[in-house]
Amino acid sequence: MSQVNAARRRVLPGFGLTLGYSVLYLSLVVLIPLSALLLNSTGLSWEKFWHVATDPRVLASYKISFLTSAAAALIDSALGLLIAWVLVRYEFPGKRLFDALIDLPFALPTAVAGVALTALYSQNGWIGSLLEPLGIKVAFTQLGITIALMFIGIPFVVRTVQPVLQDAERDAEEAAATLGAKRFRTFRTIILPELIPPLLTGFALAFARGIGEYGSVVFISGNMPMKTEIAPLLIMSKLEQFDYAGAAAVAILLLLISFLLLLVINSLQRWTRRSVR
Amino acid sequence: MAGTVPMTSVQTSAQASPATTEAAWVKWLLIAAAGLALLWLIVLPLLIVITEALKKGWDVYVAALADPDALSALKLTLIVALVTVPLNTVFGIAAAWAITKFKFRGKGALITLIDLPFAVSPVIGGLIFVLVFGANGWFGPWLSDHDIKIIYAVPGIILATLFVTFPFVARELIPLMEDQGTQEEEAAVTLGARGWHVFTRVTLPNIKWGLLYGMILCNARAMGEFGAVSVVSGHIRGQTNTLPLHVEILYNEYQFSASFAVASLLLLLALVTLLIKSWLSWKNAH
Repeated sequence: MSQVNAARRRVLPGFGLTLGYSVLYLSLVVLIPLSALLLNSTGLSWEKFWHVATDPRVLASYKISFLTSAAAALIDSALGLLIAWVLVRYEFPGKRLFDALIDLPFALPTAVAGVALTALYSQNGWIGSLLEPLGIKVAFTQLGITIALMFIGIPFVVRTVQPVLQDAERDAEEAAATLGAKRFRTFRTIILPELIPPLLTGFALAFARGIGEYGSVVFISGNMPMKTEIAPLLIMSKLEQFDYAGAAAVAILLLLISFLLLLVINSLQRWTRRSVR
Repeated sequence: MAGTVPMTSVQTSAQASPATTEAAWVKWLLIAAAGLALLWLIVLPLLIVITEALKKGWDVYVAALADPDALSALKLTLIVALVTVPLNTVFGIAAAWAITKFKFRGKGALITLIDLPFAVSPVIGGLIFVLVFGANGWFGPWLSDHDIKIIYAVPGIILATLFVTFPFVARELIPLMEDQGTQEEEAAVTLGARGWHVFTRVTLPNIKWGLLYGMILCNARAMGEFGAVSVVSGHIRGQTNTLPLHVEILYNEYQFSASFAVASLLLLLALVTLLIKSWLSWKNAH
């Protein structure tokens, strides 16, 4: 093996140049700026950090971020499974357009999503005016935040479940059917277990995106402290008051959560790839 | 974390034995339910941008787009994309070459670090540059002594955009080049081809569609980034306003028609991006 490595390293050119450039550019654009946050450039003391981190308004913002992101990712998992299933297993008119539109939340600037959703769900909007008589308020509530995060998260679930469903062997399904299993039972006992890894990955990706999301939420949330203020928004408002240490404290917590989620997602993705094989 | 999904082409024909398909009514019920979900979650937001933009008529729409502030926002958005997309493309190619053509220690860690900006909130993506270059930041005093403005100016917007769009091209190329292995390049070297030629003649033709795909995703995000840019821009009209920030300013001033008119430009960008993406997946499948 080491002989192969040595040979390969000799044969192809550009290793030092490309690796060196990659590491340099990565350091300049990502690592050094991120370290400014972690190396405590604002002179944040431990007491101040603790004070900010346990402030009721900060705690409330984390709670809101967690709850709305989890709810959105959960609903997205169910809808995403349905959409992936329909796209992989059935033929119907307009399927290619349907498939292409799933990626709209990836391509649409978040601010546009934000103003569009607010217009839809405000009191006299297309959907808001239908819900108003029922006493359901969406705009400027946590429900509104959840809907915005659902919009942002749905492609993550569809695009992780879809390829797994596509590659799934139909043998076991056929065997189950031959043995007399009803279709729903086959789905529950044969197909669904195979889809658990990609569903969890999709959930985690949508959740992680939701925790950090800003643009699509800021318009529909109304940004009321303790009620509809999410963590990224709190960073923004602390910055606007020139409270750099406070903003950094909230950001460090958010960053640690993101790192943890990244590790979870990486191992989930390895699990998904294994289950595909 | 957009763009973490590899380019897949969806070209299945659901042909299987009757034993593994659902009854027709179940099938159509599921299709209808999925269609409703799509209509509700994605099509309605798309339609309302267009109707709100044209609500007060074509003249108001055109006036909103021809406004000098809107034009300067458009110009800045194009400049930011023109700088960031090529820089991140060069990085993506270099990183993918090093990672997929050679074996070295720490490769896994490098791939994880490249993904990092997708995991970080865009607001933090802006904040870190304020901490480095802002008035109270690491280089703040030195920069103000030399009369250089980065934060609340165009360089800050470019840096924040570079950060959030950092992984797009690399992410697209790494799995693609991994699959293609090194045999063709090694053959070219054995036949006497030199470094740059190996890349342009052998590698590039194999990866061009994946590369283009990564670049259009990178471009869409660069033109549409809001959170990170919002932190570092300072929202100075005519100077540090990008199109997404202009949408916000007009919206907060209750100029809804104008706001949605500018938003419709960004929607157009998204739709063109999706069109090219579909075309590239189709191209890739054939």
